[in-house]
Amino acid sequence: MSDSDIRAPQQRPSLGEMGLDQQAQLERERHLLVDARPGRELNAMVLEPMMRIGRAFWPAVGVLGFLVLTWWVTWGFQMWWNVGITGLNRVVMWSLYIANYVYLIGIAEAGTFIAAALRLLDIDWRRPISRIAELLTVFCIFASALFPLAHLGRTWKFYWLLPYPNERQLWPNFHSALIWDLTATLSYLATSTLFFYIDLIPDAALARDHVHGWRRTLNSWLALGWRGTERQWRLLKVAQLIFSIGILLIMPSVHTVVSYDFAMTIQPGWHSTVFGPYFVAGAIYSGVAAIIIAAILFQRLNHWSYFIRDEHLNGLGIFLLLTSLVWDYFFFQDFIVPWYGQVPTEKQVLLTMMAGHGQLAFWLMITANAIIPFFTLWWRRVRTSWPAMLAISILIQLGLLLERYIIVTIDLGVRELPFNWGLYQPRAAELIMSTGAVAFIVLGFVVFSKLIPFVVLYEVKEGQFLVQLKRIGKGLIRSKME
Amino acid sequence: MADATQAEHKWTMVVDLDKCTGCQACVVACHAENNVPIRNKSEVQANRAQHWIRIERYWVGDPPARARFLPMLCQHCNRAPCEPVCPVYASVHSQREHLNLQVYNRCVGTRYCNNNCPYVVRYFNFYDPYFPAPLTEQLNPDVTVRTAGIMEKCTFCIQRINRAEQQARSEGRDLGPDEVIPACVQTCPPSALLFGDLWNPESRVAKALADNPRALRVLEHLGTEPAIYYLKGGKSYVRF
Repeated sequence: MSDSDIRAPQQRPSLGEMGLDQQAQLERERHLLVDARPGRELNAMVLEPMMRIGRAFWPAVGVLGFLVLTWWVTWGFQMWWNVGITGLNRVVMWSLYIANYVYLIGIAEAGTFIAAALRLLDIDWRRPISRIAELLTVFCIFASALFPLAHLGRTWKFYWLLPYPNERQLWPNFHSALIWDLTATLSYLATSTLFFYIDLIPDAALARDHVHGWRRTLNSWLALGWRGTERQWRLLKVAQLIFSIGILLIMPSVHTVVSYDFAMTIQPGWHSTVFGPYFVAGAIYSGVAAIIIAAILFQRLNHWSYFIRDEHLNGLGIFLLLTSLVWDYFFFQDFIVPWYGQVPTEKQVLLTMMAGHGQLAFWLMITANAIIPFFTLWWRRVRTSWPAMLAISILIQLGLLLERYIIVTIDLGVRELPFNWGLYQPRAAELIMSTGAVAFIVLGFVVFSKLIPFVVLYEVKEGQFLVQLKRIGKGLIRSKME
Repeated sequence: MADATQAEHKWTMVVDLDKCTGCQACVVACHAENNVPIRNKSEVQANRAQHWIRIERYWVGDPPARARFLPMLCQHCNRAPCEPVCPVYASVHSQREHLNLQVYNRCVGTRYCNNNCPYVVRYFNFYDPYFPAPLTEQLNPDVTVRTAGIMEKCTFCIQRINRAEQQARSEGRDLGPDEVIPACVQTCPPSALLFGDLWNPESRVAKALADNPRALRVLEHLGTEPAIYYLKGGKSYVRF
């Protein structure tokens, strides 16, 4: 979609008023792919921030590292004293750990999913930002996979969930949704890490050829002897295609399985047939918002206005609006059916959310996830303004974390017999571990941004080669060779 | 002698709500029999009280309201929701006793079983159990003391079931109709609790349930097929 399609007709500059030079200038300002620059210049733009350790780097690593350390120390304490240090109780036995798991794995799944989907659909604005999306996946899935382990009463026995041969011939229970969940999470961890790595190989080779010192050694390991021969490119394209299709298939199934942890129980509020697509929609929604946050931060901190432009924010913003509407729809579905049914326990769940002790979280979630995106993202001016997009995306992250928190803890506090209605309040342990996980993801980005190139440079160069300005009559249009 | 994996008895409990006075003697007896740890005040305030059998109190009517009591313990469901969700088979159905069992040393503490238990009768050991000095002298040697991080719940005093069965076998006779008595049933002053083999028509539970219009099972609409029947007359007011 070009810009002129989005603008109102009266705003569109008429072609006759502009000379060809002026038009070309305008197109180059707007679109990365027609604003081709020499390879040397592009390489420098990507590799220079990678080599430069700024003043803020070590303090940032220190603070984030400290937060991550508190996470591990708290986990150690929890293993020593056991789960009693959390705010769990007799009724609400799943809590913020599981909410964090669902939330982070949602972001993780969406990252690679979006990269894969946009690649298969051949949408050109993906080119510079797909590495950010893929790396987001890798860090989020590692952080999220630790939460179910931290949640276990006996963490050190986690391997009993794995089907390994043992003398007593004990196997995990394949009827349990947790085993499906474990299988799904581990397969997604493997696929998305490989997907990220395959994409990285040509850029690692580029870094190997252009930097010096220990980064050269590291990147030459990562590049696996990439020489850029025709056969290697062909293999890379085939591998990317296979992984893209695979991830498109795996991602919805993984998050559906995550939703089965809840939907397969008979707990009121959880036992819902719409949870599968609802969770998938929520996952993609939070993922798009997370990619926007990461892209804006990289644009600002690395001065990458060349790579990440208004067109990228605009494309991501339209995507965000779309996923927001899909989420609204599924949320409505999940709400209206129990409400209309008026089954006493399910009605009680909804009342507790809307008017009981969940009301602050509930209305905050509605505002952040449905109302604010709906009343802002229709406007291009909002979508292309980075402070607005940053604020909206952070609000959406908060809203989606609250959504998972509500589903896990507030629903679980309403049980069949009123004697067992309970209230959960997080204690320090959960809060420290949650902030630690976020710090882990940010720290991953901070550290990795100094190790590997963060723009998918070969894709940008390919796009700049393929997309040219063509003159038709008095106007210039962008045309793409296939 | 029948196949060892084949159930010979259908252990069943009958709770007469009209007789229950809410005295909590069953709770104390269960703590003593099954080494159930006694949690301190702050833990109880954090809603972590741990009793394998508990007396749920409901208020009925306008003030001055009347208290009604519902003794709640593991229902030993025939189709238990806690069983399929356990990833490590710690929550299992015993073929021989027809009971729902918790394998303590297999449990890793996912706590999924409690989420899926509509009766919320499974208890998690948030901390290691602690028995103040004289209590250690009365720990039951037939029952394990459970460690922190695992789930536990009522077993229908399976140690008593096994002891009675072994006794009968060593004497070369069949188990008598009312030979097995769990601690809570043994101690109930108004005999509100009865226990026995439903398949033996001579047992007290079979007699109590024979064509009894007062019999019902809690949350029966969920299809869990509990092994505990409640008897409720006109005045007990406890509704399910």
